[in-house]
Amino acid sequence: MTIQLTHFSAAFVFALFASVVFGITHRETTRDMIRYGLYCFAMFMGGVLIAGWAMWLVRR
Amino acid sequence: MANSTQLKTKTPAEAAQRASMMAVIAPALGWLIPGAGHMIQKRWIRGILLFISIGTLFVLGLMMQGHIYKANGGDILDILGFIGDLGAGGMYIVTLAMNGGQGAIAFATADYGTKFMIVAGLLNFIAIADAYHIAIGKKQ
Repeated sequence: MTIQLTHFSAAFVFALFASVVFGITHRETTRDMIRYGLYCFAMFMGGVLIAGWAMWLVRR
Repeated sequence: MANSTQLKTKTPAEAAQRASMMAVIAPALGWLIPGAGHMIQKRWIRGILLFISIGTLFVLGLMMQGHIYKANGGDILDILGFIGDLGAGGMYIVTLAMNGGQGAIAFATADYGTKFMIVAGLLNFIAIADAYHIAIGKKQ
């Protein structure tokens, strides 16, 4: 069985699961884990969007 | 009377021995099965979330027809790729045994799959370190 993710969906899945692991392993309390996980996810996705638009501008 | 009391309560030496054993078992088990190092220490939710996250990344990488690195002494990037893949532990061994992860250069996203599997292994290294810290009491 094979799948082909789009660039965005691959980045989304990567950001989601990496953020879960970062949140659990880098913080002590449950509340801090959730907050740090959300922060990492936002940074990943923000980076993807900024890099995407930057490449769009370079291409023009 | 004294014997029955000793049976019920752990002495500091027994507790220390148990902690030192756990400091070896938890990382080893965590390497073999992602999240198991947490689960054996009764951190069930964390263990399950780690298993799902790392396992899904690795399986998605395989399904995207990513390439899995074998032990090699060649290019530095190949060696680093092998170290990353090795972190996935049991999943890496099973994939090699089933002759999976051959890679498909026909698909552009297959390279993403390769990176997914490497990152899954690297994330498992972090999870192993976390399980060790819990075992030695550095983290709750």
